Amino acid sequence: MAADTQIVRLSAAQMAQKLKDKEISSRELTQAEINVIAAAEPSLKAFLTVSAKQALEQADAVDEARAKGEELGPLAGVPIAVKDMIVTRGIETTAASRILDGWIPPYDATAVRKLKAAGMPILGKTNLDEFAQGSSTEHSAFYPTHNPWDTTRVPGGSGGGSASAVAAFEAPLALGTDTGGSIRQPGAFTGTVGVKPTYGGVSRFGAIAMASSLDQIGPVSRTVMDAALLHAVIGGHDPADSTSIPEDVPPVVEAATAGQNQDLKGLKVGVVKEMQGEGYSPAVSKRFEQCVDKLRQMGAEVREVSLPRVSYALDAYYILMPSEVSSNLARYDGMRYGLRVMPPADQPQTSAGMMAWTREMGFGDEVKRRIILGTYALSAGFYDAWYGSAQKVRTLILCDFEQAFGQVDVLVSPTSPVTAFRLGEEITDPMTMYRNDICTIPANLAGIPAMSVPAGLDENGLPIGFQIMAPQKRDDLMYRPAAALEKALEQESGSLLDKLSAPWLDKAAKAGDVDADQAATIGKAEQKAVMDEIADRMKEER
Amino acid sequence: MARFTKDQVRHLGSLVRIALSDDEADRLKNDLNVISQSITHVQDVATADVPPTANPVPLEAPLRPDVPAKTLDRDEILAQAPKSQDGQFVAPRILGGK
Repeated sequence: MAADTQIVRLSAAQMAQKLKDKEISSRELTQAEINVIAAAEPSLKAFLTVSAKQALEQADAVDEARAKGEELGPLAGVPIAVKDMIVTRGIETTAASRILDGWIPPYDATAVRKLKAAGMPILGKTNLDEFAQGSSTEHSAFYPTHNPWDTTRVPGGSGGGSASAVAAFEAPLALGTDTGGSIRQPGAFTGTVGVKPTYGGVSRFGAIAMASSLDQIGPVSRTVMDAALLHAVIGGHDPADSTSIPEDVPPVVEAATAGQNQDLKGLKVGVVKEMQGEGYSPAVSKRFEQCVDKLRQMGAEVREVSLPRVSYALDAYYILMPSEVSSNLARYDGMRYGLRVMPPADQPQTSAGMMAWTREMGFGDEVKRRIILGTYALSAGFYDAWYGSAQKVRTLILCDFEQAFGQVDVLVSPTSPVTAFRLGEEITDPMTMYRNDICTIPANLAGIPAMSVPAGLDENGLPIGFQIMAPQKRDDLMYRPAAALEKALEQESGSLLDKLSAPWLDKAAKAGDVDADQAATIGKAEQKAVMDEIADRMKEER
Repeated sequence: MARFTKDQVRHLGSLVRIALSDDEADRLKNDLNVISQSITHVQDVATADVPPTANPVPLEAPLRPDVPAKTLDRDEILAQAPKSQDGQFVAPRILGGK
């Protein structure tokens, strides 16, 4: 059992090698992760559902296939966590919203189908801000997730659950979704790698829609190579998504491999002028400079590049995104799935009344804020001034990136201006919370790929993220400097996540194997308590 | 510039079918005024000569080959319905009132 701690700290690529060499079985590995989840969840709350039984069944199937000598994919047998924004057949999927509590989807997202085909056991569903709307995971309807580096702090958001789970060794890999930074900012806050592929590079079929022109599924991992391996599994064309690019995944694994030789000669790197200076914490700025120096030392040609209209990105995003949210979330009406709440007895018991009370009780504050704002932005008389103007800003930002990529191969910036803040610190002020995503939003508006890689720690021992952006459909370009930087930083001061104390690993080793049925109860009592509140509030309405 | 009133927020609430409480409408009004104040800058650069962008990675609308495929399982779908009967969803009445 002491082996648990060792196995779960390995990268996904190392795990895959041990599985291939038959040093460990997928069942042993999956069980080890379940044990860590059970030990860590009381402090982290990264998961909403632990699908231990299904994961072990999948693990057994892979082990059996391997024993028979069947040809298996590069990540076969390596378990993975999935953000609860992505639907999984037979496994509860809630988007961390009361309105979907208890929903068991009748189908798999394309990305999930690909994971299953690749032989990757699904450990469970990770916590997020409700419908991926937030930057701290505090807007989850059920509970906030805690940052494994300091559990009084947030893990970022919306994909705080996936990032925390991967950082804390609860899972070697996870899927996230990124609409304005929801994979990358949590990556920065937790010292993990987070990739937002080119818009259309990974199928959105089965990703619960938030803002359809911005949403993208992507990898969450501990190493750049692991992200590339997962990217290659989930990417590629899907006829079920009309915005899916009808091309193969760019050669991301090859690029990550190439980066490991730390030779960046010929690579032109642009430092974004507008993503530095005022508002950026001194530690973030300092580490950013040091990383840029490392790229230079490895042969990259570095220059400053301007994105003159990028200062309008945040404003445009907070018009376009809520507009699309208001439209996409209209489907939650209590008719065909999810929550149904009938109006108080003194009101008409009609369908319209049911919808209004279902949505009142089912949605949280941030979601309501965005639905109302978006509806307003799309209303007659304001459409041109708001939505129309924001769409034009999007064109200008695309032009800025096009010009920048005419001069350089990749652009770099900090991922987030700050490191992880304390739980409760920003939740009462929406605009402060929104500014967290100032460096990540432009990539979503422009549809370009972008990733965050760990860049070291600040004075409080909190992780800092380094963002690399590449032109559309050239996701491979960012993997090379990312892998090179990762290796250079590791040579300097060792692997970042080795510095994470992770006391739950010892706890897991002592506790032994956790039963699948027991693991399935993780988080469920708290979730039930939240749902019971609805019944109590409806009683008060009478 | 937009200034939200509480009545306006209530009206929007009824349009989007959310039975907002009085407190909520009040809070939303304040939040939306702060947010709307800060996002109106987009109009500064959105001049008439700039075309709008809806999809950042433009694609031709693709067509799939016209071949039969399996649909989702009806029972599996209905098992998730708040209320169902005889293989159909049950909705509350449409017309009503006291």
